[in-house]
Amino acid sequence: MATASTTTRPAGTAPETTKHPLSHRLSERGIDWSLLLLLPAVLALAALFVYPFVYGVSISFEPRSGGPFQNYVDFFSDPYQFSSVLRTIQLALPVAVFSVAFAAPIAYQARRNFRGRQAITLIMMLPLTFGSILIAQGMSRAFAPFGWVNLALKALGLPAGNFIYNYWGTFIAGVITTVPFSFLMMMGFFGGIDRSLENAAATLGASRTARFWQIILPLALPGVLTAFMLALVEAFAIFPSAILVGQPDNQTHVLTIPIYQAAAQQSDYTAASAIAIVLTLIELVVLGVMTLVRALLYKGPAVGGKG
Amino acid sequence: MTVTTTSIRLTEKHQFDRLQMRSVSRAYAKDTLALAELDLSLERGEFVALLGPSGCGKSTALACMAGLQPLTSGSIWRDDQRIDTLPTEKRGFGMVFQNYALFPHMSVQKNVEFGLKMRKVAKAERAARASRALELVQLSEHSSKLPAQLSGGQQQRVAIARALAIDPEIVLMDEPLSNLDASLRIELRTEIKRLYQERGLTVLYVTHDQEEALSLATRLVVLRAGRLEQTGTPEEVYTNPASAYVAGFMGYRNLFEAVCEFPRADGSVVLDLQGQKLLGSLRSDTALRPGAKVKVAIRPEDVTIDGAPGSTGLLATVEVVEYHGRELAVRTRTDGGVVIHLRTEKPVAAGERVRLSIVPERVLVFAEDEGRNNGDG
Repeated sequence: MATASTTTRPAGTAPETTKHPLSHRLSERGIDWSLLLLLPAVLALAALFVYPFVYGVSISFEPRSGGPFQNYVDFFSDPYQFSSVLRTIQLALPVAVFSVAFAAPIAYQARRNFRGRQAITLIMMLPLTFGSILIAQGMSRAFAPFGWVNLALKALGLPAGNFIYNYWGTFIAGVITTVPFSFLMMMGFFGGIDRSLENAAATLGASRTARFWQIILPLALPGVLTAFMLALVEAFAIFPSAILVGQPDNQTHVLTIPIYQAAAQQSDYTAASAIAIVLTLIELVVLGVMTLVRALLYKGPAVGGKG
Repeated sequence: MTVTTTSIRLTEKHQFDRLQMRSVSRAYAKDTLALAELDLSLERGEFVALLGPSGCGKSTALACMAGLQPLTSGSIWRDDQRIDTLPTEKRGFGMVFQNYALFPHMSVQKNVEFGLKMRKVAKAERAARASRALELVQLSEHSSKLPAQLSGGQQQRVAIARALAIDPEIVLMDEPLSNLDASLRIELRTEIKRLYQERGLTVLYVTHDQEEALSLATRLVVLRAGRLEQTGTPEEVYTNPASAYVAGFMGYRNLFEAVCEFPRADGSVVLDLQGQKLLGSLRSDTALRPGAKVKVAIRPEDVTIDGAPGSTGLLATVEVVEYHGRELAVRTRTDGGVVIHLRTEKPVAAGERVRLSIVPERVLVFAEDEGRNNGDG
């Protein structure tokens, strides 16, 4: 488009000798003064994200002692520190899977109107307003040995469980904080699937289950994967609930904890940065794989023709 | 063509003789009836067009037939079998949607095979039958494409092939041509008619377009506010609309009110049209009293311009002249202020004074129906 306007002309017309003014030529390439509106965001991004990130990467190679890779060597050679990689994945993956699995059927139902739809949507979104500290506070009461959850289990004749100050405490907190995001995202994707596709499948003999597996799920899968990726990123960065309702020195010794300890307790920002970069790389690898998987799926609009 | 009639039939399965909706009602909200005790029956081999303006309940009737919407009351019968309690997927009716409703993530071939796959037809046979269905709609070379790579007309043909591939007892079509542009619409209309004739289908077709309904159907059903207004062959409905409402749908563009001056014994009526006399023929069963208000329906084709001075007819002035190729579409206004549209081959110009004459048999007079509001539906 940019070259077409300056090099090709309708046959027979004399080439223009006068050059357009610079502002005109720039605006043909989509550059004009309205781009200045981006400036505040770009500045903020540079100051609050790009600079600290680059700074973090650089200081991670400037350890207090040893060669440039000493921080990384320390991290990977300490079995206790290194185990937090596994702990993080062990926590984040199940949290993301469960969060999506829990939210998907509700988002699927919420795409159509029924009585109580708004109430359910509101309840699903409510954890967004809480913050992880508040959720942890609530959980410490609800899941206490004689909290209402265990009392309810007892009343149902089920054995009481130990749901707090261990892996499950952080797991539950993680699910509660990630479900609203998964739900929101998937509601959009499910809602974008044209109802007439389901109707058409039904007239062709597809049962409710067949319609879900053959039509709805394949069309919603990119959205489900996106929701999963979002939940995963959130769960990777889990921190307050790992301490407040988890077992931070063992079962929920996730990567954010050694980062915090290095930075806040040992005041070793270079080591903290190195671990943070390990966390980032793991996330990037997982997201990269997911993106590759998603690229293999149908991603066009989920409508059956003209709307 | 009888040779090919059974070519995509898997088995000579039993086909219904008659499909019946018995006093079917469907309420959307309290007091809002989309269908009000509709009786509708289809014989095997019929092409029935459900005709009416948007909101008259025609699409709801189709959705009820397909099982996509539950009935509020009434029942649907396939011969002696009650089917309104069956879910959509158990009815075995093919359906074609206004927006095509092709599965966007499946190839054309897979789309057409879908119904057969749901019926657990073996893979090889599935592919063969789908290919034959695609051949029917002349899209064989596009079988591996995704729907989005096809034009609107091609997509709708895929949808038709998909519906036909399951060898349905009846094909339900919900305004299948409404999303296509004019020339494609006519092309695909002919295509649908050809398929109907060649394959011995039974079709229930919903449309708001009288031309589509007239050209395709063997029987028309005109709906009004969820009720049956008139049913008959296209010719019957076209020449003898049962009400001004139906007339409005059948190309009677001139619809106006007049006063009955006096009814004659032979069924003709002398009308007073804003001060001018007009002779019409009564189409309602109710007898008219002098002074009664009536509705008059006249087709533009039935109005002629009579140049001869002294001939009887309505005095009018030409207002707008549109050139339509073979003839002119003309809007005139009578001296009494009534707008009358007509079609003529005579050259006339705006502002010209003309005399309009209409054969009394083609001036349809309807008693004002009091029970229903006009223009609803």
